[in-house]
Amino acid sequence: MAAEDIWVLGIHMTKFGKHPDKDTVDLASEAVLGALADGGVTMRDVGVMAAGNLMGGAAAIGQQIQKQVGQTGIPVYNVANACATGATALRTVIMALKAGEADVGLAVGVEKLAGAGLLVGGSRAPDAETWTRRGRYGQVAAIDGRIGTETMPGVFAQIGMEYAHRYGGVDFELFARIAEKNHAHSTLNPLASYQKRFTLEEIMNDVMIAYPNTRPMCSANCDGAAAAVVVTDAKRKTLSLEQQRRCVKVSASVLTTDPWEEGCQVLPNVNTLTRNAARQAYETAGVGPEDLDLVELHDCFATAELVHYDNLMLCEEGGAADFFRSGATWRDGTLPVNVSGGLESKGHPIAATGIANIWEICHHLRGEAKDRQIEGAKVGLAHVIGLGSACAVHILEAAA
Amino acid sequence: MAKQIPFVDYLRLGPPPHLVAHECDTCSARFFDRRNACAACGGVGFHDVEVDPTGEVRAFTIVSMAAPGIPVPYVAALVDCGGTSVRANVINVPADPEHVSVGMKVRLATTVIGVDTEGTEAVGFGFEPLEGVAHGS
Repeated sequence: MAAEDIWVLGIHMTKFGKHPDKDTVDLASEAVLGALADGGVTMRDVGVMAAGNLMGGAAAIGQQIQKQVGQTGIPVYNVANACATGATALRTVIMALKAGEADVGLAVGVEKLAGAGLLVGGSRAPDAETWTRRGRYGQVAAIDGRIGTETMPGVFAQIGMEYAHRYGGVDFELFARIAEKNHAHSTLNPLASYQKRFTLEEIMNDVMIAYPNTRPMCSANCDGAAAAVVVTDAKRKTLSLEQQRRCVKVSASVLTTDPWEEGCQVLPNVNTLTRNAARQAYETAGVGPEDLDLVELHDCFATAELVHYDNLMLCEEGGAADFFRSGATWRDGTLPVNVSGGLESKGHPIAATGIANIWEICHHLRGEAKDRQIEGAKVGLAHVIGLGSACAVHILEAAA
Repeated sequence: MAKQIPFVDYLRLGPPPHLVAHECDTCSARFFDRRNACAACGGVGFHDVEVDPTGEVRAFTIVSMAAPGIPVPYVAALVDCGGTSVRANVINVPADPEHVSVGMKVRLATTVIGVDTEGTEAVGFGFEPLEGVAHGS
């Protein structure tokens, strides 16, 4: 089935960081208004909307945003998919456009996380006064810390350590060098939460969170929002030449969950579903990893970035350490990865992340990334993982 | 002696202590939680099987920042027990990368997690190194 091509017409991200005077609706509205202005359209042009805000509870964030920027009566889908929430919002409106339900769609993700502590999987109540069995394991108290770890730094540390053992040639220093790269990249990104270059020694000697991840090797909790306006190909052709020139083609939009494998409910398997998403995305887009000019991948922890080099097939199977050591993923390398600074320094306002990474790619494909422009970039890939798990891969191409 | 109860349903205190998995009647996939159906094949019939009490560390981390009340640092690991993956802490070993490694052989051991107001001990489990342990616990 050759469904109609979809294009990103307008896209915007707020500064990531601390916004004590703005709430989620302020940040999301800023992103939405920015994306609409970037695309040269208004809320009256939008036919379908999807919105995500993971930590805000049951509040209908989409409608709250509409009440600030434009109530036109269009359907809004409030979505949640862990750290893949933003990408899921985008994919939702893309599906609506492909289904012919609208010709202009708006996706937005927003989070307020500045000052949030360690992200522990599952909520934490104090132990009961008398042991009472509850939950699907019949546990008498919280499991995290008693039977392994549910903390995100710990889970992703194990994922990196498992890869390190399987293929060898990986140590604490190599993981730290990945963080060194991303922090170095962030110095060129004025919208990043942190724009501080760290030496390898500073990274390795910083506070240990979950070995081998020290604090600067973990994603930064911050506030932020990102929004994108997408259009069908037919709609694009009705727009001005300038709008058409700045459109970025969505060559693939894929969402996967993890197929059952032994152990996948014990330690999350972030590998198979990423590999499956990448394979589908390359096939749909008709491009291969060798065609990519830049990649924004989900470096929620330095240990995660390494395994995703392999999962996204940017290197040979088992070759992620050698690939990184070659310098390929630095911004002057053969395949720059996370030139935005990645989640470790740009920051990770959960539901915004899956649109913010697409904003970064679009910026380069339009040739508008200023100091950090990857020259001549034509094709880029954006990847996110939401633990639990969901994986989104988008492949984007510059307008011809 | 204080009354003891297992920390989770899938731990049996024995003796000897052991873990019990729900195994799918159809495809033999194993699970530790209460099941509605099999995630691998959709089957709805399960039987309980004893999990090999010895295994090999397949991945680990040393957690230094944890929820309140959890002593740190501690070693969290994924242990391969004869083909069945088990999540657990590695216990009775110093929590540093010099004393824990992927591939190390371990065996199931129990540990008291806490005592409630009625004096009942909740007994959890971990895995301890198979070698270099003078006495089993």
